Amino acid sequence: MFQKLNLKMLEEGSNMAKFKTSKTKESPAINTASLPDIIFILLFFFMVSTSMRQNTVIVKIKLPEATQVQKLQKKSLVSYIYIGQPVNTALYGTKPRIQLNDSFSTVANIPEFVTKARQARNEAVRNQLTFSLKVDENTKMGIVTDVKQQLRKANALKINYSTRKVLAK
Amino acid sequence: MARRGTPEINAGSMADIAFLLLIFFLVTTTMDVDTGITRILPPLPKNNNEKVDVKQRNVLKVLINNHDLMLVNGKPANVHNLTDKIIDFMSIHPNNPAYPQVKEQFIPQLGRKVLMTKGIISLKNDRGTSYKMYIKVQDAIAKAFNEMKNQAALKYYGVKFDQLVNNKKIAAINKLVPIRVSEAEPENVGGGK
Repeated sequence: MFQKLNLKMLEEGSNMAKFKTSKTKESPAINTASLPDIIFILLFFFMVSTSMRQNTVIVKIKLPEATQVQKLQKKSLVSYIYIGQPVNTALYGTKPRIQLNDSFSTVANIPEFVTKARQARNEAVRNQLTFSLKVDENTKMGIVTDVKQQLRKANALKINYSTRKVLAK
Repeated sequence: MARRGTPEINAGSMADIAFLLLIFFLVTTTMDVDTGITRILPPLPKNNNEKVDVKQRNVLKVLINNHDLMLVNGKPANVHNLTDKIIDFMSIHPNNPAYPQVKEQFIPQLGRKVLMTKGIISLKNDRGTSYKMYIKVQDAIAKAFNEMKNQAALKYYGVKFDQLVNNKKIAAINKLVPIRVSEAEPENVGGGK
């Protein structure tokens, strides 16, 4: 009886050995452990690249609220004018300032800004250029009116008062 | 029997999880949608002597001072009733001298003549008015015109203006309800800066 059992075990052992050898001969499964990493890199790439390049705003802007708002359609045809208190009040004071591109400007710089914005665009779409006014809600209208007058002088008539959308009460 | 080591965790689904995350982020990243009130500024007058003659009864004067208080045709008002006042003012009353004049205008998209008001909203603000108040007033005016567009769209096409899809119909309504807002030349009346 013992012998029989031994024999059986032997047989099994030989079988096992056979099985093992056959397994090593199979082509190994491709290691997919690094796949998530690749996907994560993709994820980060998208997360970083979709954050749109915008001017670093150096004035404090809290947009006013409005209910009847429209979306700005063609982003490539929009130039931004920021008006508000400088972020760094210790250095630049608390008087509202105008920001064009990346620096503080005065009202007198606006015609030049308009011209440059026009030149940067294709000739066919130049007259569709919109100027978006991003103005802090606590600004007084005086400076805004000055900017609007300058825009009128530069014949940039299409403007957009940037607001936050709230639902009508 | 051979001792088994801890079995390797199957990382095959990690990619799927990461993909889900990727899609989630792609969908939820709000692209900072720019919204606002679009207006067309009037061009500068060619010569300063040129004055447009508009009859007094055709103008609804909205004044805002540097304390953010509002006068509508000489009477105190606020942003809440401004919308109704504008809608009432712009409604068509051919024989009532308290309302603006009316004129017949041919609308090509409708193919017939329609009575239209000659009314104009004149918005005048002080240099000391806050931008917040100015936007509130602009918003109230925009609301009035949107309401009138809705009424016109309901009257002619049976649906609200924002549900119109046909460009011709949209153009017709825009012709029927032009945004007649005039912004006066700036003035410093309240001594604001």
